[in-house]
Amino acid sequence: MLNKFKKLISLVFATVLLTSVSNTSFAADKLHFVIGGGAGGGWDGTARGTGEALTKAGFLNSASFENMSGGGGGKALSYMINTKPSDTILVQSTPLVLRSITRHSGYVDKKNAAKVTSYKDVVPIAGVIGDYGAIVAAKNSPYNSWKDVVAAYKANPKSVKMAGGSVRGSMDHLIGALAFKEAGANPNDVVYIPYDAGGKALAGLLSGETQILSTGLGEVMGARDQVKILGITAPKRVADAPDVPTLKEQGTNAIFVNWRGFFGPPGMSDGDRKKIAKMLGDVQKTPEWEAVRKRNAWVNIYNPDKKFVKFLEKQTVEMTGLLKNLGVIK
Amino acid sequence: MIEGILIGLETAFSLKNLMMVMIGCFAGTIIGMLPGLGPMTAIALMIPITYGFEPSTGLILMAGVYYGAVFGGSTSSILINAPGIPGTVATSFDGYPMAQQGKAGKALAIAAYSSFAGGTIAAIFLLIAAPSLSKVSLAFRSPDYFGLMILGLTAVSAFSAKGHFLKAMMMVVLGLMLASVGQDTLSDIPRFTFQNMNLSDGISFVLVVMATFAMSEALTIIFKANDPTRVAKQISLSQLGSIKLDKNETKKMVTTIPRSSVLGFIIGVLPGAGSTIASFLAYGMERNFVNDEEKQKFGKGSVNGLAAPETANNAACSGSFVPLLTLGIPGSGTTAVMLGALLGFGIQPGPRLYQTNPEIFWSVIMSMYIGMVILLILNLPLIPYIARVLATPRSFLIPLILFFSVTGIYLMSFNNFDIYMMIGIAVVATVLRLYDFPMPPLILAFVLGGLMEENLRRSLLISDGSWSFLWDRPLTIVIMLTIFFIVGWQIYKSFFKKN
Repeated sequence: MLNKFKKLISLVFATVLLTSVSNTSFAADKLHFVIGGGAGGGWDGTARGTGEALTKAGFLNSASFENMSGGGGGKALSYMINTKPSDTILVQSTPLVLRSITRHSGYVDKKNAAKVTSYKDVVPIAGVIGDYGAIVAAKNSPYNSWKDVVAAYKANPKSVKMAGGSVRGSMDHLIGALAFKEAGANPNDVVYIPYDAGGKALAGLLSGETQILSTGLGEVMGARDQVKILGITAPKRVADAPDVPTLKEQGTNAIFVNWRGFFGPPGMSDGDRKKIAKMLGDVQKTPEWEAVRKRNAWVNIYNPDKKFVKFLEKQTVEMTGLLKNLGVIK
Repeated sequence: MIEGILIGLETAFSLKNLMMVMIGCFAGTIIGMLPGLGPMTAIALMIPITYGFEPSTGLILMAGVYYGAVFGGSTSSILINAPGIPGTVATSFDGYPMAQQGKAGKALAIAAYSSFAGGTIAAIFLLIAAPSLSKVSLAFRSPDYFGLMILGLTAVSAFSAKGHFLKAMMMVVLGLMLASVGQDTLSDIPRFTFQNMNLSDGISFVLVVMATFAMSEALTIIFKANDPTRVAKQISLSQLGSIKLDKNETKKMVTTIPRSSVLGFIIGVLPGAGSTIASFLAYGMERNFVNDEEKQKFGKGSVNGLAAPETANNAACSGSFVPLLTLGIPGSGTTAVMLGALLGFGIQPGPRLYQTNPEIFWSVIMSMYIGMVILLILNLPLIPYIARVLATPRSFLIPLILFFSVTGIYLMSFNNFDIYMMIGIAVVATVLRLYDFPMPPLILAFVLGGLMEENLRRSLLISDGSWSFLWDRPLTIVIMLTIFFIVGWQIYKSFFKKN
């Protein structure tokens, strides 16, 4: 008897809870952010900043964060895939696409293919912010436009050495290679000089040991007085740097966005996905988000649901071609 | 400039900013003392707090944490051989042996005075020459960094005395091998990762330091528990000794500090080096400067050997503000986080920072002097209490060291694998220690070797595979000749002595 009563009560409760959930517009009570890198990194800042804006603007009651570094974000990815945690989202960015490509092309041997995970194994929710690629020269450089660089490169590919803040085949390398490819040059001849951080690559450029630097626009905003930004990979000029020309307006149709966005665990329901995507979009209109955005000098590039998936697919095709061209994958 | 200084003083001496310097220095000292936690994490966590402050106030707070951590990091290096931050690893080479000889108070005092002097002298350089120094930070190219790293490696000879030459060299090789683990920066090929993704980012420097110093030190003590001298030693350690320096020691410091400040500051100005490299280089160079008698004491509690890296790492810390403020180039993770904060405040670093935001430039420099004085006042009277750590019974101290090592490394990466790896390395290091293999050469090779390889290969890539970069530029030639001179002189002397 008592048991039946208990069951009844809990049934009533469950119904009330369920209806209340479906009635409120942003029901997410709490959200857990998984971060594939340590404190202070780009992913960390994105997740914590977004969580802060969401809670302060009243979209969330509480946000919690978990750093899980290892394998360039691979550990956090496999955590999402293997344990499928509820109310949990993962922050990721362009390297996830590169990871997907190298996995599917047989770059990694079979035994380890399972360890290298891709964006297709998690549920894309939305891209929220982004940074465009930038081709940069020192202030005293003879190059005054992207066209000058291409002309010098075509005359003698070895005369233009391109610095970047990460390894060969990384995003910095690909931004430059994409620009050269779209300008009709063979990106494989580009001498890419890797440094272990964006700041060091910038110092290398200014010391004169390299001629151009391929990096993110955000990375060189601090040194704008020292450099000439010859072109960015944006479709049109950006509000934060209106004097910086795009590559597109110089006749090179190179568009590249280093996006940062959020992913759910496999099996996440469509309802949950749409709800979080909407929340991430709505929060961008609030002053709380604007405060966080300004503090971090982010560029809002909101890209939800199907649009996000399409974008990821397109970027995958583009990057696959480029990586093959560069001989990074076969 | 006078006007600027006045503006800076006015801003820095406001009640709010004075409090920020104090809070920053105090927080920094504590963070620096705890192994594993460094200034970078602390500053990253502070950014949301500083938002809403005036830019100069926020920057003063962050700068305070930064040099406070470098100041405080030496304490745990000296007392328990567990460097609080990477920049104070070299401090433990002579600081810890000195503490083991019952001179812990003295060692801490030397470290405090050296840090103070290094930081203050460097802030003077910053004040009078920051704009022209920005040229220095851009003068160094990859071949010069390569040369600097080799120069640093010559410091290995400091640990190869009394028949341990072969052992020291073996540790160098081990250090170089550990440095090569992970994805190769220049060709994206994974090396020695055994297809384990936890290894693909390489082994972190802090992890190696904690394993080979803090943890293996604690484990070695356990193994040597039956040592009959232990009880006597324990008693002598609890009497930490006087913190007053005698004339001879003061004299040694007076000669060491100026040259180490200059060296540390210049290395700090270089975006590709930083305070860790500065402290190693200063240690190695100091050994070349001192007389033969003092040279024998290096690694066994030399005053010069302790003062040099302590001066240099603080000087380098001030020096790293040159590329940050005048060029907008972050030379280290810590300054990269600070640059992000600056941009968040809407401040554009660069040569024009003088004109556009004079109060920021000058108040940060002025707050450095205030900070250095505060740190000295904060640290000196506390020495007797802090040094009492050594009087803690070993049965409490050892578990505490192990606890802080494990939690420290976990807080850095939040990755369990790092804990297992640290324990593994610590066990190997303990066995090696019991057979008298020195650890400092391993650390030296691990840091400098990795950078040496990277810069060498980058130089080769830039020069299209030609070795001409070694003599193409005067700066490289000077560095290379210095190396040849130092190595040649050592070889000549060792032959001379034998005959």
